[in-house]
Amino acid sequence: MPGDGSLERLRREGRIVVVGASLAGLRAAEALRAKGFEGSLTMIGDEPHEPYDRPPLSKQVLLGRAAADRTALPRLRPVDATWRLGVPASGLDMAARRVRLADGDEVPYDRLLIATGVRARPWPHEAEAELDGVFVLRTRDDSAALARRLDAGPKRVLVIGAGFTGSEIASACRERGLPVTVAERGSAPLVGALGGVVGSVAAELQREHGVDLRCGVMVTALEGDTSGRVRAAHLSDGSTVEADVVIVSLGATRNTEWLAGSGLGAGPRGIACDAGCRAFDIRGIVTDDIYAAGDVARSPHALFGYQFLSLEHWGNAVSQARIAAHNMLSESTDRLPHMEVPAFWSAQFGVNIKSVGAPSLGTEILISQGSLQERRFVGVYGYQGRVIGAVAFDHARWLPFYRELIETTASFPPPFDNVDRRPGGQRPIDADFPDPSVPTHGPTVTLSGYSPADRRMTFTPAH
Amino acid sequence: MTQSLLHQILDHANRANPYPLYEELRKTPVHHVDGGPYVVSTYYEIRSLLHDPRISSDVRNLASTARDPLAGPAQEESALPPSFLRLDPPEHDRLRRMTNRPFGPPHSPRRIDGMRGELHDIVSGLIDDIGDPDRIDLVDQFSYPFPVTVICRLLGVPREDEARFHTWADTLAASLDPDPDADPAERGKGANEARMQLGMYLAGLIEERRKNPGDDMLSRLATAQGEDGAMTTMELLSTAALLLIAGHETTVNLITNGMLTLLRHPDVLQRLREDPGFAVPLVEELLRFEPPVQLVPQRTTLADIEVRGVTIPKGASLWLVLASGNRDPQRFEDPDRFDPDRRDIQHLGLGSGIHSCFGAPLARLEAQFALSELARRLENPRLLEDPPPYRQNAVLRGPRHLPISCDGIRP
Repeated sequence: MPGDGSLERLRREGRIVVVGASLAGLRAAEALRAKGFEGSLTMIGDEPHEPYDRPPLSKQVLLGRAAADRTALPRLRPVDATWRLGVPASGLDMAARRVRLADGDEVPYDRLLIATGVRARPWPHEAEAELDGVFVLRTRDDSAALARRLDAGPKRVLVIGAGFTGSEIASACRERGLPVTVAERGSAPLVGALGGVVGSVAAELQREHGVDLRCGVMVTALEGDTSGRVRAAHLSDGSTVEADVVIVSLGATRNTEWLAGSGLGAGPRGIACDAGCRAFDIRGIVTDDIYAAGDVARSPHALFGYQFLSLEHWGNAVSQARIAAHNMLSESTDRLPHMEVPAFWSAQFGVNIKSVGAPSLGTEILISQGSLQERRFVGVYGYQGRVIGAVAFDHARWLPFYRELIETTASFPPPFDNVDRRPGGQRPIDADFPDPSVPTHGPTVTLSGYSPADRRMTFTPAH
Repeated sequence: MTQSLLHQILDHANRANPYPLYEELRKTPVHHVDGGPYVVSTYYEIRSLLHDPRISSDVRNLASTARDPLAGPAQEESALPPSFLRLDPPEHDRLRRMTNRPFGPPHSPRRIDGMRGELHDIVSGLIDDIGDPDRIDLVDQFSYPFPVTVICRLLGVPREDEARFHTWADTLAASLDPDPDADPAERGKGANEARMQLGMYLAGLIEERRKNPGDDMLSRLATAQGEDGAMTTMELLSTAALLLIAGHETTVNLITNGMLTLLRHPDVLQRLREDPGFAVPLVEELLRFEPPVQLVPQRTTLADIEVRGVTIPKGASLWLVLASGNRDPQRFEDPDRFDPDRRDIQHLGLGSGIHSCFGAPLARLEAQFALSELARRLENPRLLEDPPPYRQNAVLRGPRHLPISCDGIRP
């Protein structure tokens, strides 16, 4: 209600609670203070650590170049918060506006930000998951424990799952000279995120770096010795891999169980929220006091037919956190939508991989610059005649151009010559995704204007 | 009228302060007069074009009708093959990658950092030798010899040969100067002659380093056997010449512009004197406020490209006025204020994209050392002429002399 002073009261003496002492949680808290929030701020985190950065955990930490406990996030400004670390949130009472904690405490709020993120999906057989030498990698403690085990010089490491995390782990192990087997259910590493054309490059990279890569197989069982240490894995093709370290890298599960029964629109796919990060309740009505940001949020994206997207990306967490903080303290007409073009990066086997947009929504790919053979290239993804994503292998400096193509819904294939004309021509081919997504048919949206501070949306009805 | 705007920018009379002209230029973000280049002067448009793969740095892609006198000598007339500054991928990428191997991360992450002690010694030595504090020419006595010495040490060029480099470097830097009244053929000839002489000198040095390799870059480049193979002798010559010229012509101006700016902002100079660490944000703001490369005049379009409603045709000559983008009020608040406390400072001073300044980490470090030591050691320094006399060059813009005086030199 503009002008009734409630926002001013909130700003002066309100209570804001952030569940999730994470990248998104910390950046939101900082943004709230930067916007002049003077009330009480409570940060709740299930881990005992202050907010830390995750990208090094599968890279520098595993290589022994950085200690896991030195990954705390830099602070952009003091947040002056009450920290409740090491205590998970266990429930939410939306009517009474209270968060319940596992230790029985309750924390009241006027505005709530949920940034509980995801956790590593565990190995499905509980007894096998308990074997000594079986790891997942998500947290600082996971990384420290795995790094210690790698220091001890295992005879062979088995990585189950060749997504980005699994591939980075395999890369770090090879860099340490450890024998590594990677078992991937799909046809190639990274195939779910980037498709088979790029996946086959990733496969070559792994094999060239000495990884024993097995695609199209599943691990059916893990076997321990008499002292409860893992010693081997059995694969669906009947083979056995002897390994004394097994890393389960099968993606992530959203931390939403604590919200069960609360009435919030939260489930295994995340917390549904609007483009302004306000969470929906289970009736599909948007709340005005509960916000979500980071990996746990899923929200409609203007550039992708207003489909709800969940993005497990570092930059997305930062951007949503700032949007949520801004909107919490704004009149409805001053709120901002989250419409940053998705982007992520990975470093593995000496290659810098960077992506913009949503490659996994694409059906075709065109190698616009560089070449797959050299493993240095830009691949542009097309969907229904428009550019929808791009990936670069050691070619990241060009990506701002492709981001602009995505923002302006440029046509695919891009019709122009560029500086890197190779013989053989540039023709789009099937991007070869295992399970093509089918984006909804909606209006297309063009981001226009010249300053990012002045982006306007132009709606074009779908034909 | 509009034609005269470009001439005004190139006119030496306006060298001391081209910024009001850039402001005028930004009123037409894509400025074009028949027969001339397409001049882009606003921040976001420049940044986009620096990442646009339809923009070539290879003059061989310039349409013959667009071969204006400012585009530099045609490559086929040159004795040496084009350096990676004037090449497109994949040749550019290969040469830059190979050059980077002995220079920066990931293969040589400690090369620049390892030069800190040496940089400090060179700076100290030059300040010790200043002599009469009543009249110092900062350019001749400090800004010029410092980066020349650094680049020579980096490459492994003997110091006794430095004087010869000054002559060649001056000629080549002047050839980048888009002076509309000079005879392009004459200028191109002079530049090629200088390139030739420099090339012959370097060829001898490379031969010597192949026989007795040291840890210097030239030795490492001459003996490289990486995934990209070895550079041909001609490629090596072009690359070495590029590093020599680009490695000091720009840094001279960065340091001189820096001292000039500090002397015009005594409060900032005082802060630097008290806190040498302040040099880091200060140099960043300096790269925005007075960039040593004012504009990039050597790009060409490979397709028709629309920018702010103007279609730049394929084969056109394109100028990107970095120094104007750095003063664009659409991007920077209060852009004409020198404010080292500015936090939002993604300037275009070192370019962006694949051709972004190769030597940036070294240039930053040199400027930081130079300015913080000058601030610490010169007692009460004052400008003797403001503005100082400028070099002819509008692209690599900077004072030819910077006459200053001070009360004494601190130990």
